[in-house]
Amino acid sequence: MALDRKTVIDIATLARIGIDPDNVDDYASELSKILKFVAQMDQVDTEKVEPLTHPQDRQLRMRMDRVTETDQREGFQQLAPAVEAGLYLVPRVIE
Amino acid sequence: MAIQELTSLAGRLNDRRHSSVELTQSYLNRINGAGELNAFITIDEEFSLEQARRSDKRRAKGRTLSPLDGIPIAHKDIFCTKGMLTSCGSHILDNFISPYDATVIEHFNRSGAVILGKTNMDEFAMGSSGETSWYGIIKNPWDTGRVPGGSSAGSAAALAAGLCPAATGTDTGGSIRQPAAFCGVTGFKPSYGRVSRYGMIAFASSLDQGGPIARSAQDAAIMMDVMAGFDERDSTSVPQDDVHFSSELGAELRGLRIGIPGEFFGAGLDDSVEKAVRDAIKTYEDMGAQIREVSLPNSELCVPCYYVIAPSEASSNLSRFDGVRFGHRATDYDDPIDMYMKTRAEGFGPEVKRRVMIGTFALSAGYYDAYYNKALKLRRLIAEDFDKAFEDCDVLMGPTTPTTAFPIGDKTDDPIAMYLNDIFTIPVNLAGLPGISIPAGFDASGLPVGLQIIGRYFEDARVLSVAHQYQRQNDWHLRQPEGYHS
Repeated sequence: MALDRKTVIDIATLARIGIDPDNVDDYASELSKILKFVAQMDQVDTEKVEPLTHPQDRQLRMRMDRVTETDQREGFQQLAPAVEAGLYLVPRVIE
Repeated sequence: MAIQELTSLAGRLNDRRHSSVELTQSYLNRINGAGELNAFITIDEEFSLEQARRSDKRRAKGRTLSPLDGIPIAHKDIFCTKGMLTSCGSHILDNFISPYDATVIEHFNRSGAVILGKTNMDEFAMGSSGETSWYGIIKNPWDTGRVPGGSSAGSAAALAAGLCPAATGTDTGGSIRQPAAFCGVTGFKPSYGRVSRYGMIAFASSLDQGGPIARSAQDAAIMMDVMAGFDERDSTSVPQDDVHFSSELGAELRGLRIGIPGEFFGAGLDDSVEKAVRDAIKTYEDMGAQIREVSLPNSELCVPCYYVIAPSEASSNLSRFDGVRFGHRATDYDDPIDMYMKTRAEGFGPEVKRRVMIGTFALSAGYYDAYYNKALKLRRLIAEDFDKAFEDCDVLMGPTTPTTAFPIGDKTDDPIAMYLNDIFTIPVNLAGLPGISIPAGFDASGLPVGLQIIGRYFEDARVLSVAHQYQRQNDWHLRQPEGYHS
């Protein structure tokens, strides 16, 4: 399927990737080519096939509900672009 | 020092012909002398030499930890290494000093191996050529005008040029096997769930698997002895008995049933690749194996299927890179959404953006069934094709790649042509199987050709062993590129 400008902008917004308005047409054409390529999948009838989410159809293992991680907040927060009083800082959300 | 396999390096350390410090220093010197390949992102000489000194002390006391004690190993920059930059080839992680070690790194540390450095790679492992890294293009030592393959590009190039004796890589759609083929080295992708993914930066979680890039199948097995094992911290790790891969290399080839998928020898396969691969298969036949034709009917649809599943999982995995807790953050923004959008616009390269957007689309309301769910259904048919093929044979063989290494820049403007490089490697990831690429000769221009061997799920030891038997018959895997002879 071919993507129009509006769809490209919507996808970029959902993906939280800012794109330059000048590049929207390029993205539309590139992404459309890829979608056309993957549409080859439609050659096969999969009506009665169950989706395979794990390569060996295994269920994920369950684990006991107990604390295994140690507190490393200080170390982790040293990596953050902005912290204060042990909290991560982001721009104001609510006025 | 001539090219050395891990066993002979270990022997030299035991005989005190070298210390680990001398060995480590000699590789560091070689790395410094081969900057044109751009194979490494991070080298920390003092850190490596300190690990080497500690190994030498252990050896002096007769307390070595494993056959790899004191041997320098290079790691793909996708494995988190405590206190060291772990960039995944991306601008967005350009300042990420990992606060912890990946399980794979922990295993190597426990074995006494030396961390030689972090190798360059396609950004977030998204690439088949080594051209998408924020840290620049990686070059193929066999011809520096050509790509080394990707995404474990730096690991394969470094090994081929003798800058390290072995390296780690990861393989989501061919990222160990394809660069191994292009660089004339041995690359093994284990069964899904064999090697812990904890601390291995996720691209497509249902496909990613870490593994070794090494000089030979025997060396790959020695690396697997360290890398493999169940890990509580990775929910996709599979409970498994401890296998000592390097003790199980004595496969009996007489009567081994080798399946040749007809679909791997169709249009698009380079003549000289086909010839080298058929010669290799003939060698197995001469050694007593039985060759039979098999079919993987959905082969052609593997790449389309993969380019829905992998980007979908990537779009979810990469949502963590938002400039809040770690990594790059844009400088000017109005609100949180604006901050995310600018941070990710600046932090991700074009291929990563492309795949995240494709994945976001495939998972979005209204398109989920037509794309993502459709791909999952096709994935089942692809996995069943393998089950059926393995009813009649023990391993499958074919080319690793349709061509040998191509010129830098050749496919950067055509993503689909680039994606088709992985046409023979992707099916193996979709089915979670073990696969290896081993050198099987050269094309007319002197570029290496890779033979791919695929095994049943969790028959990793058999794949390594079958590869090893071939390498006892020839020395393709020990050839080195002109200008990089050690």
